[in-house]
Amino acid sequence: MARRLTTPLTREKLRDLRCGESVTITGTIYTARDAAHKRLVELARAGKPLPFDIRDATIYYVGPTPARPGTSIGSAGPTTSYRMDAYSPTLIALGETGMIGKGKRGPEVVEAMKQHGAVYFGAIGGAGALLARCVKKAEIVAYEDLGAEAVRRLEVEELPVVVVIDSQGRSLYETGRRDYLEHRREEP
Amino acid sequence: MREVDVSAVTGAVRELCILANCTLPEDVRRRIQDCRAAEDWPVARDVLDQIVENYEIAGAEGVPICQDTGMACVFLEVGQEVHFTGGGLYEAVHEGVRRGYRDGYLRKSVVGDPLERKNTGDNTPAMIYCDLVPGDRVKITVAPKGFGSENMSQIKMLKPSDGLEGVKRFVLQVVEDAGPNPCPPIVVGVGLGGTFDKAALLAKKALMRPLDEPHPNPFYRELEEELLEEINRKGIGPQGFGGRTTALSVNIEVMPTHIAGLPCAVNINCHVTRHQTAEL
Repeated sequence: MARRLTTPLTREKLRDLRCGESVTITGTIYTARDAAHKRLVELARAGKPLPFDIRDATIYYVGPTPARPGTSIGSAGPTTSYRMDAYSPTLIALGETGMIGKGKRGPEVVEAMKQHGAVYFGAIGGAGALLARCVKKAEIVAYEDLGAEAVRRLEVEELPVVVVIDSQGRSLYETGRRDYLEHRREEP
Repeated sequence: MREVDVSAVTGAVRELCILANCTLPEDVRRRIQDCRAAEDWPVARDVLDQIVENYEIAGAEGVPICQDTGMACVFLEVGQEVHFTGGGLYEAVHEGVRRGYRDGYLRKSVVGDPLERKNTGDNTPAMIYCDLVPGDRVKITVAPKGFGSENMSQIKMLKPSDGLEGVKRFVLQVVEDAGPNPCPPIVVGVGLGGTFDKAALLAKKALMRPLDEPHPNPFYRELEEELLEEINRKGIGPQGFGGRTTALSVNIEVMPTHIAGLPCAVNINCHVTRHQTAEL
Protein backbone atom coordinates (compact mmCIF):
# COMPACT_ATOMS: atom_id res chain seq x y z
CA MET A 1 0.00 0.00 0.00
CA ALA A 2 1.43 3.35 -1.05
CA ARG A 3 1.82 6.00 1.64
CA ARG A 4 -0.64 8.89 1.15
CA LEU A 5 0.86 12.37 1.19
CA THR A 6 -1.19 15.54 1.22
CA THR A 7 0.02 18.98 0.20
CA PRO A 8 1.63 21.20 1.25
CA LEU A 9 4.62 18.86 1.40
CA THR A 10 6.43 20.25 4.40
CA ARG A 11 9.96 19.13 5.23
CA GLU A 12 8.55 17.21 8.18
CA LYS A 13 6.38 15.09 5.89
CA LEU A 14 9.26 14.44 3.52
CA ARG A 15 12.03 13.78 5.99
CA ASP A 16 11.56 10.04 6.43
CA LEU A 17 10.68 9.19 2.83
CA ARG A 18 13.18 6.75 1.31
CA CYS A 19 14.07 6.37 -2.35
CA GLY A 20 12.12 3.55 -3.95
CA GLU A 21 9.04 4.14 -1.82
CA SER A 22 5.71 4.37 -3.66
CA VAL A 23 3.51 7.23 -2.48
CA THR A 24 0.45 9.11 -3.67
CA ILE A 25 0.05 12.87 -3.62
CA THR A 26 -3.27 14.56 -2.91
CA GLY A 27 -3.89 18.30 -2.92
CA THR A 28 -2.61 21.32 -4.81
CA ILE A 29 0.44 21.18 -7.06
CA TYR A 30 1.74 23.44 -9.84
CA THR A 31 2.87 22.64 -13.35
CA ALA A 32 5.94 24.18 -14.95
CA ARG A 33 8.44 23.04 -17.52
CA ASP A 34 11.29 24.60 -19.48
CA ALA A 35 9.93 28.01 -20.51
CA ALA A 36 8.01 28.62 -17.26
CA HIS A 37 11.03 27.70 -15.14
CA LYS A 38 13.11 30.20 -17.06
CA ARG A 39 10.61 32.97 -16.32
CA LEU A 40 10.17 31.99 -12.66
CA VAL A 41 13.89 32.07 -12.06
CA GLU A 42 14.27 35.39 -13.89
CA LEU A 43 11.64 36.86 -11.54
CA ALA A 44 13.36 35.39 -8.51
CA ARG A 45 16.75 36.75 -9.55
CA ALA A 46 15.21 40.19 -10.04
CA GLY A 47 13.83 39.94 -6.49
CA LYS A 48 10.23 40.01 -7.73
CA PRO A 49 7.38 37.86 -6.37
CA LEU A 50 6.47 34.62 -8.13
CA PRO A 51 2.94 34.09 -9.50
CA PHE A 52 2.25 31.47 -6.80
CA ASP A 53 3.50 30.77 -3.30
CA ILE A 54 6.60 28.63 -3.71
CA ARG A 55 6.97 27.79 0.00
CA ASP A 56 6.40 24.06 0.52
CA ALA A 57 5.10 23.88 -3.04
CA THR A 58 5.36 20.91 -5.38
CA ILE A 59 6.05 21.44 -9.07
CA TYR A 60 5.05 18.82 -11.63
CA TYR A 61 7.12 18.96 -14.82
CA VAL A 62 4.33 18.51 -17.34
CA GLY A 63 2.97 20.12 -20.46
CA PRO A 64 -0.45 18.51 -20.82
CA THR A 65 -2.39 18.03 -24.04
CA PRO A 66 -5.40 20.34 -24.36
CA ALA A 67 -8.48 19.33 -22.35
CA ARG A 68 -11.42 18.08 -24.36
CA PRO A 69 -14.69 19.86 -23.58
CA GLY A 70 -16.08 18.54 -20.30
CA THR A 71 -12.72 17.35 -18.98
CA SER A 72 -10.23 19.14 -16.71
CA ILE A 73 -7.03 18.21 -18.53
CA GLY A 74 -5.72 16.12 -21.41
CA SER A 75 -2.93 13.58 -21.24
CA ALA A 76 -0.58 14.62 -18.41
CA GLY A 77 2.57 12.58 -17.83
CA PRO A 78 5.97 13.88 -16.71
CA THR A 79 8.63 15.41 -18.96
CA THR A 80 12.37 14.74 -18.57
CA SER A 81 13.64 16.60 -15.53
CA TYR A 82 17.31 17.35 -16.30
CA ARG A 83 16.26 20.30 -18.45
CA MET A 84 15.05 21.99 -15.25
CA ASP A 85 18.37 21.42 -13.44
CA ALA A 86 19.64 24.92 -14.22
CA TYR A 87 16.62 26.42 -12.43
CA SER A 88 15.70 24.00 -9.63
CA PRO A 89 18.35 25.00 -7.04
CA THR A 90 17.04 28.59 -7.09
CA LEU A 91 13.44 27.45 -6.56
CA ILE A 92 14.44 24.96 -3.86
CA ALA A 93 16.26 27.75 -2.01
CA LEU A 94 13.03 29.78 -2.16
CA GLY A 95 11.05 26.96 -0.56
CA GLU A 96 10.03 24.45 -3.24
CA THR A 97 10.00 21.06 -1.51
CA GLY A 98 8.63 18.64 -4.09
CA MET A 99 9.44 18.03 -7.76
CA ILE A 100 7.68 15.48 -9.96
CA GLY A 101 9.28 14.42 -13.23
CA LYS A 102 11.26 11.59 -14.74
CA GLY A 103 14.93 10.90 -15.37
CA LYS A 104 18.25 11.85 -13.83
CA ARG A 105 19.08 15.05 -11.90
CA GLY A 106 22.39 16.86 -11.76
CA PRO A 107 24.59 17.02 -8.63
CA GLU A 108 23.74 20.70 -8.10
CA VAL A 109 20.05 19.81 -7.72
CA VAL A 110 20.75 16.90 -5.36
CA GLU A 111 22.98 19.15 -3.25
CA ALA A 112 20.21 21.77 -2.97
CA MET A 113 17.70 19.04 -2.08
CA LYS A 114 19.89 17.74 0.73
CA GLN A 115 20.52 21.20 2.04
CA HIS A 116 16.82 22.20 2.09
CA GLY A 117 15.11 18.83 2.62
CA ALA A 118 13.39 18.57 -0.77
CA VAL A 119 12.32 15.38 -2.54
CA TYR A 120 12.28 14.41 -6.21
CA PHE A 121 9.43 12.11 -7.23
CA GLY A 122 9.12 10.11 -10.44
CA ALA A 123 5.84 9.64 -12.26
CA ILE A 124 5.66 7.06 -15.02
CA GLY A 125 6.84 8.64 -18.25
CA GLY A 126 4.50 7.95 -21.12
CA ALA A 127 1.55 7.18 -18.85
CA GLY A 128 -0.21 10.47 -19.53
CA ALA A 129 -3.72 9.06 -19.91
CA LEU A 130 -3.48 7.15 -16.63
CA LEU A 131 -2.03 10.06 -14.65
CA ALA A 132 -4.59 12.52 -16.04
CA ARG A 133 -7.32 10.59 -14.20
CA CYS A 134 -5.88 11.86 -10.92
CA VAL A 135 -6.22 15.51 -11.95
CA LYS A 136 -9.56 16.79 -10.71
CA LYS A 137 -9.13 20.44 -11.56
CA ALA A 138 -6.70 22.54 -13.58
CA GLU A 139 -6.47 26.30 -13.98
CA ILE A 140 -3.86 28.53 -15.50
CA VAL A 141 -2.20 30.81 -12.96
CA ALA A 142 0.52 32.36 -15.15
CA TYR A 143 2.08 32.60 -18.60
CA GLU A 144 -1.00 31.69 -20.62
CA ASP A 145 0.93 32.72 -23.74
CA LEU A 146 3.10 29.61 -23.29
CA GLY A 147 0.19 27.30 -24.13
CA ALA A 148 1.00 23.79 -22.90
CA GLU A 149 3.92 25.29 -20.98
CA ALA A 150 1.80 27.72 -18.92
CA VAL A 151 1.86 27.42 -15.13
CA ARG A 152 -1.26 25.59 -13.97
CA ARG A 153 -2.60 24.96 -10.50
CA LEU A 154 -3.75 21.34 -10.32
CA GLU A 155 -5.95 19.69 -7.77
CA VAL A 156 -4.81 16.08 -7.72
CA GLU A 157 -6.13 13.03 -5.96
CA GLU A 158 -3.88 10.10 -5.19
CA LEU A 159 -1.38 10.90 -7.92
CA PRO A 160 0.86 7.78 -7.97
CA VAL A 161 4.58 8.57 -7.79
CA VAL A 162 7.77 6.95 -6.57
CA VAL A 163 10.43 8.62 -4.44
CA VAL A 164 13.35 8.73 -6.88
CA ILE A 165 15.76 10.96 -4.92
CA ASP A 166 15.08 11.42 -1.21
CA SER A 167 16.08 14.30 1.03
CA GLN A 168 19.30 12.48 1.94
CA GLY A 169 20.30 12.44 -1.73
CA ARG A 170 19.84 8.69 -2.26
CA SER A 171 18.70 7.79 -5.76
CA LEU A 172 16.46 4.95 -6.90
CA TYR A 173 18.25 5.02 -10.25
CA GLU A 174 21.30 3.70 -8.39
CA THR A 175 19.73 1.51 -5.72
CA GLY A 176 17.04 -0.04 -7.96
CA ARG A 177 19.49 -1.09 -10.63
CA ARG A 178 22.02 -2.35 -8.09
CA ASP A 179 19.41 -4.40 -6.19
CA TYR A 180 18.08 -5.92 -9.40
CA LEU A 181 21.56 -6.87 -10.63
CA GLU A 182 22.35 -8.45 -7.24
CA HIS A 183 19.13 -10.44 -7.42
CA ARG A 184 20.02 -11.53 -10.94
CA ARG A 185 23.46 -12.72 -9.86
CA GLU A 186 21.91 -14.81 -7.11
CA GLU A 187 19.36 -16.41 -9.44
CA PRO A 188 20.96 -19.06 -11.63
CA MET B 1 -1.18 9.09 -64.79
CA ARG B 2 -3.50 8.87 -61.80
CA GLU B 3 -4.74 12.16 -60.44
CA VAL B 4 -4.84 12.59 -56.68
CA ASP B 5 -6.29 15.74 -55.15
CA VAL B 6 -4.05 16.88 -52.30
CA SER B 7 -7.10 17.42 -50.10
CA ALA B 8 -7.14 13.61 -49.76
CA VAL B 9 -3.59 13.82 -48.41
CA THR B 10 -4.64 16.47 -45.90
CA GLY B 11 -7.56 14.33 -44.74
CA ALA B 12 -5.42 11.21 -44.37
CA VAL B 13 -2.67 13.00 -42.45
CA ARG B 14 -5.25 14.53 -40.11
CA GLU B 15 -6.72 11.11 -39.31
CA LEU B 16 -3.32 9.46 -38.92
CA CYS B 17 -2.09 12.11 -36.46
CA ILE B 18 -5.05 11.44 -34.19
CA LEU B 19 -5.01 7.66 -34.58
CA ALA B 20 -1.25 7.34 -34.04
CA ASN B 21 -1.33 9.39 -30.85
CA CYS B 22 -4.17 7.47 -29.23
CA THR B 23 -3.56 3.90 -30.43
CA LEU B 24 -0.40 1.90 -29.94
CA PRO B 25 0.44 -0.49 -32.82
CA GLU B 26 -0.50 -4.11 -32.20
CA ASP B 27 3.11 -5.35 -32.39
CA VAL B 28 4.27 -2.86 -29.76
CA ARG B 29 1.43 -3.80 -27.42
CA ARG B 30 2.21 -7.48 -27.85
CA ARG B 31 5.89 -6.94 -27.14
CA ILE B 32 5.17 -4.96 -23.96
CA GLN B 33 2.91 -7.78 -22.74
CA ASP B 34 5.53 -10.43 -23.57
CA CYS B 35 8.13 -8.44 -21.63
CA ARG B 36 5.72 -8.12 -18.71
CA ALA B 37 5.33 -11.90 -18.68
CA ALA B 38 9.12 -12.40 -18.72
CA GLU B 39 9.91 -9.71 -16.13
CA ASP B 40 11.23 -11.12 -12.85
CA TRP B 41 11.48 -7.93 -10.76
CA PRO B 42 8.36 -6.78 -8.84
CA VAL B 43 8.89 -3.01 -9.26
CA ALA B 44 9.39 -3.51 -12.99
CA ARG B 45 6.24 -5.60 -13.25
CA ASP B 46 4.27 -2.82 -11.54
CA VAL B 47 5.57 -0.22 -13.98
CA LEU B 48 4.80 -2.41 -17.01
CA ASP B 49 1.28 -3.03 -15.66
CA GLN B 50 0.71 0.72 -15.47
CA ILE B 51 2.07 1.17 -18.98
CA VAL B 52 -0.43 -1.42 -20.25
CA GLU B 53 -3.26 0.16 -18.28
CA ASN B 54 -2.31 3.56 -19.73
CA TYR B 55 -2.48 2.58 -23.38
CA GLU B 56 -5.74 0.75 -22.74
CA ILE B 57 -7.28 3.90 -21.23
CA ALA B 58 -5.93 5.97 -24.12
CA GLY B 59 -7.38 3.62 -26.73
CA ALA B 60 -10.76 3.36 -25.01
CA GLU B 61 -11.18 7.06 -24.29
CA GLY B 62 -9.46 8.53 -27.33
CA VAL B 63 -6.94 10.36 -25.12
CA PRO B 64 -3.30 10.67 -26.23
CA ILE B 65 -1.18 7.84 -24.81
CA CYS B 66 1.50 10.39 -23.87
CA GLN B 67 1.21 14.15 -23.41
CA ASP B 68 4.23 14.59 -25.69
CA THR B 69 2.35 14.09 -28.93
CA GLY B 70 5.61 14.78 -30.67
CA MET B 71 6.82 16.34 -33.84
CA ALA B 72 4.85 14.87 -36.73
CA CYS B 73 7.28 12.86 -38.84
CA VAL B 74 5.53 12.11 -42.12
CA PHE B 75 6.90 9.57 -44.59
CA LEU B 76 5.45 9.63 -48.09
CA GLU B 77 5.92 6.92 -50.68
CA VAL B 78 4.64 8.41 -53.88
CA GLY B 79 4.08 6.29 -56.98
CA GLN B 80 5.72 7.95 -59.97
CA GLU B 81 2.48 7.57 -61.96
CA VAL B 82 0.71 9.94 -59.56
CA HIS B 83 -0.11 13.51 -60.53
CA PHE B 84 -1.11 15.71 -57.58
CA THR B 85 -3.77 18.34 -58.19
CA GLY B 86 -5.38 21.06 -56.12
CA GLY B 87 -2.26 22.52 -54.50
CA GLY B 88 1.19 21.73 -53.13
CA LEU B 89 1.81 18.26 -51.69
CA TYR B 90 3.89 19.42 -48.72
CA GLU B 91 1.50 22.23 -47.82
CA ALA B 92 -1.28 19.61 -47.86
CA VAL B 93 0.70 17.53 -45.35
CA HIS B 94 1.29 20.53 -43.07
CA GLU B 95 -2.42 21.35 -43.25
CA GLY B 96 -3.25 17.76 -42.25
CA VAL B 97 -0.97 18.07 -39.21
CA ARG B 98 -2.52 21.46 -38.36
CA ARG B 99 -6.04 19.96 -38.42
CA GLY B 100 -5.11 16.70 -36.72
CA TYR B 101 -3.41 18.42 -33.78
CA ARG B 102 -6.29 20.91 -33.46
CA ASP B 103 -9.19 18.48 -33.83
CA GLY B 104 -7.55 15.67 -31.85
CA TYR B 105 -6.71 17.91 -28.86
CA LEU B 106 -3.05 17.04 -29.33
CA ARG B 107 -0.26 19.14 -27.84
CA LYS B 108 1.42 21.74 -30.00
CA SER B 109 5.08 21.12 -29.29
CA VAL B 110 6.92 22.91 -32.09
CA VAL B 111 8.87 26.18 -31.82
CA GLY B 112 9.47 28.18 -34.98
CA ASP B 113 13.08 29.06 -34.35
CA PRO B 114 15.38 26.82 -32.30
CA LEU B 115 16.88 29.78 -30.40
CA GLU B 116 14.03 32.26 -30.33
CA ARG B 117 11.70 29.41 -29.22
CA LYS B 118 8.25 30.81 -29.98
CA ASN B 119 5.61 28.10 -30.38
CA THR B 120 4.14 27.89 -33.89
CA GLY B 121 0.78 27.15 -32.29
CA ASP B 122 -0.31 24.36 -34.66
CA ASN B 123 2.49 21.78 -34.42
CA THR B 124 3.71 22.57 -37.93
CA PRO B 125 5.94 22.19 -39.75
CA ALA B 126 5.79 18.43 -40.16
CA MET B 127 9.10 16.66 -40.75
CA ILE B 128 8.45 15.34 -44.26
CA TYR B 129 10.34 12.63 -46.14
CA CYS B 130 9.27 11.70 -49.64
CA ASP B 131 10.36 8.67 -51.66
CA LEU B 132 9.40 8.12 -55.29
CA VAL B 133 8.43 4.51 -55.98
CA PRO B 134 6.96 2.64 -58.96
CA GLY B 135 3.18 2.55 -59.35
CA ASP B 136 0.26 4.93 -58.88
CA ARG B 137 -0.37 4.70 -55.14
CA VAL B 138 0.45 7.09 -52.31
CA LYS B 139 1.47 5.59 -48.97
CA ILE B 140 1.49 7.90 -45.96
CA THR B 141 2.97 7.06 -42.57
CA VAL B 142 2.68 9.43 -39.64
CA ALA B 143 5.07 8.76 -36.76
CA PRO B 144 4.75 11.34 -33.96
CA LYS B 145 8.14 11.53 -32.24
CA GLY B 146 8.48 12.57 -28.63
CA PHE B 147 11.62 14.39 -27.58
CA GLY B 148 12.34 12.76 -24.23
CA SER B 149 13.73 9.89 -26.27
CA GLU B 150 14.81 11.95 -29.29
CA ASN B 151 17.13 13.94 -27.00
CA MET B 152 18.90 10.73 -25.95
CA SER B 153 19.77 9.76 -29.54
CA GLN B 154 23.33 10.00 -30.87
CA ILE B 155 25.29 9.58 -34.07
CA LYS B 156 28.96 8.68 -34.48
CA MET B 157 31.16 8.50 -37.54
CA LEU B 158 33.01 5.30 -36.63
CA LYS B 159 36.17 4.20 -38.43
CA PRO B 160 36.05 1.10 -40.64
CA SER B 161 38.59 -0.47 -38.26
CA ASP B 162 36.09 -0.04 -35.38
CA GLY B 163 34.06 -2.73 -37.15
CA LEU B 164 31.33 -4.81 -35.57
CA GLU B 165 32.75 -4.42 -32.06
CA GLY B 166 32.81 -0.64 -32.44
CA VAL B 167 29.15 -0.65 -33.48
CA LYS B 168 28.14 -2.80 -30.52
CA ARG B 169 30.13 -0.63 -28.10
CA PHE B 170 28.54 2.57 -29.41
CA VAL B 171 24.94 1.27 -29.31
CA LEU B 172 25.39 0.01 -25.75
CA GLN B 173 27.03 3.29 -24.71
CA VAL B 174 24.10 5.33 -26.08
CA VAL B 175 21.63 3.22 -24.08
CA GLU B 176 23.81 3.54 -20.96
CA ASP B 177 24.07 7.33 -21.34
CA ALA B 178 20.31 7.57 -21.79
CA GLY B 179 19.57 5.57 -18.62
CA PRO B 180 16.12 6.42 -17.24
CA ASN B 181 15.63 9.59 -19.31
CA PRO B 182 13.95 8.28 -22.50
CA CYS B 183 11.14 6.45 -20.60
CA PRO B 184 12.35 2.86 -20.83
CA PRO B 185 11.44 0.27 -21.97
CA ILE B 186 12.78 1.74 -25.19
CA VAL B 187 12.98 0.77 -28.84
CA VAL B 188 16.48 1.20 -30.24
CA GLY B 189 16.69 2.16 -33.91
CA VAL B 190 20.14 1.75 -35.45
CA GLY B 191 21.13 3.16 -38.83
CA LEU B 192 24.37 1.82 -40.20
CA GLY B 193 26.15 3.05 -43.33
CA GLY B 194 25.27 5.69 -45.92
CA THR B 195 26.33 9.25 -45.12
CA PHE B 196 25.98 11.26 -41.88
CA ASP B 197 22.40 12.25 -42.76
CA LYS B 198 21.33 8.93 -44.28
CA ALA B 199 22.45 7.00 -41.21
CA ALA B 200 20.21 9.17 -39.03
CA LEU B 201 17.25 8.70 -41.37
CA LEU B 202 17.81 4.93 -41.44
CA ALA B 203 17.78 4.88 -37.65
CA LYS B 204 14.47 6.72 -37.61
CA LYS B 205 12.99 4.41 -40.23
CA ALA B 206 14.19 1.41 -38.20
CA LEU B 207 11.84 2.55 -35.40
CA MET B 208 8.88 2.01 -37.72
CA ARG B 209 9.68 -1.59 -38.57
CA PRO B 210 7.24 -3.86 -36.70
CA LEU B 211 8.87 -5.28 -33.58
CA ASP B 212 7.95 -8.82 -34.60
CA GLU B 213 9.71 -8.48 -37.95
CA PRO B 214 13.44 -9.06 -37.46
CA HIS B 215 15.99 -7.99 -40.05
CA PRO B 216 15.74 -10.25 -43.14
CA ASN B 217 19.51 -10.78 -43.21
CA PRO B 218 20.43 -13.48 -40.61
CA PHE B 219 23.66 -11.65 -39.68
CA TYR B 220 21.79 -8.50 -38.69
CA ARG B 221 18.95 -10.46 -37.13
CA GLU B 222 21.46 -12.12 -34.81
CA LEU B 223 23.09 -8.77 -34.07
CA GLU B 224 19.67 -7.34 -33.16
CA GLU B 225 19.06 -10.25 -30.79
CA GLU B 226 22.52 -10.03 -29.25
CA LEU B 227 22.29 -6.29 -28.62
CA LEU B 228 18.80 -6.63 -27.13
CA GLU B 229 20.05 -9.29 -24.75
CA GLU B 230 23.06 -7.16 -23.75
CA ILE B 231 20.85 -4.13 -23.15
CA ASN B 232 18.45 -6.15 -21.04
CA ARG B 233 21.35 -7.35 -18.90
CA LYS B 234 22.10 -3.77 -17.85
CA GLY B 235 19.43 -3.71 -15.15
CA ILE B 236 18.18 -0.18 -15.94
CA GLY B 237 14.64 -1.55 -16.21
CA PRO B 238 11.28 0.10 -16.89
CA GLN B 239 11.54 3.83 -16.03
CA GLY B 240 15.07 3.20 -14.75
CA PHE B 241 13.72 1.79 -11.47
CA GLY B 242 15.64 -1.47 -12.04
CA GLY B 243 14.61 -4.66 -13.82
CA ARG B 244 15.09 -6.74 -16.90
CA THR B 245 13.00 -4.84 -19.45
CA THR B 246 15.19 -1.93 -20.53
CA ALA B 247 14.46 -2.33 -24.25
CA LEU B 248 11.60 -3.87 -26.19
CA SER B 249 13.54 -4.28 -29.42
CA VAL B 250 16.68 -3.35 -31.35
CA ASN B 251 15.93 -2.65 -35.01
CA ILE B 252 18.86 -2.23 -37.39
CA GLU B 253 18.77 -0.85 -40.92
CA VAL B 254 21.84 -0.80 -43.16
CA MET B 255 22.94 0.64 -46.49
CA PRO B 256 26.15 0.93 -48.52
CA THR B 257 28.73 3.45 -47.33
CA HIS B 258 32.10 5.01 -48.27
CA ILE B 259 35.42 3.11 -48.13
CA ALA B 260 36.58 5.52 -45.41
CA GLY B 261 33.52 5.43 -43.18
CA LEU B 262 31.20 3.55 -40.86
CA PRO B 263 28.41 5.98 -39.88
CA CYS B 264 26.35 4.69 -36.96
CA ALA B 265 23.21 6.48 -35.77
CA VAL B 266 21.18 5.41 -32.76
CA ASN B 267 17.67 6.84 -32.56
CA ILE B 268 15.91 6.01 -29.34
CA ASN B 269 12.16 5.76 -28.94
CA CYS B 270 10.17 5.25 -25.77
CA HIS B 271 7.61 2.52 -25.14
CA VAL B 272 5.10 4.78 -26.88
CA THR B 273 6.49 3.87 -30.31
CA ARG B 274 3.74 5.32 -32.51
CA HIS B 275 3.16 5.14 -36.23
CA GLN B 276 0.13 4.62 -38.45
CA THR B 277 -0.08 4.18 -42.20
CA ALA B 278 -2.73 4.78 -44.85
CA GLU B 279 -2.75 4.31 -48.61
CA LEU B 280 -4.45 6.50 -51.20
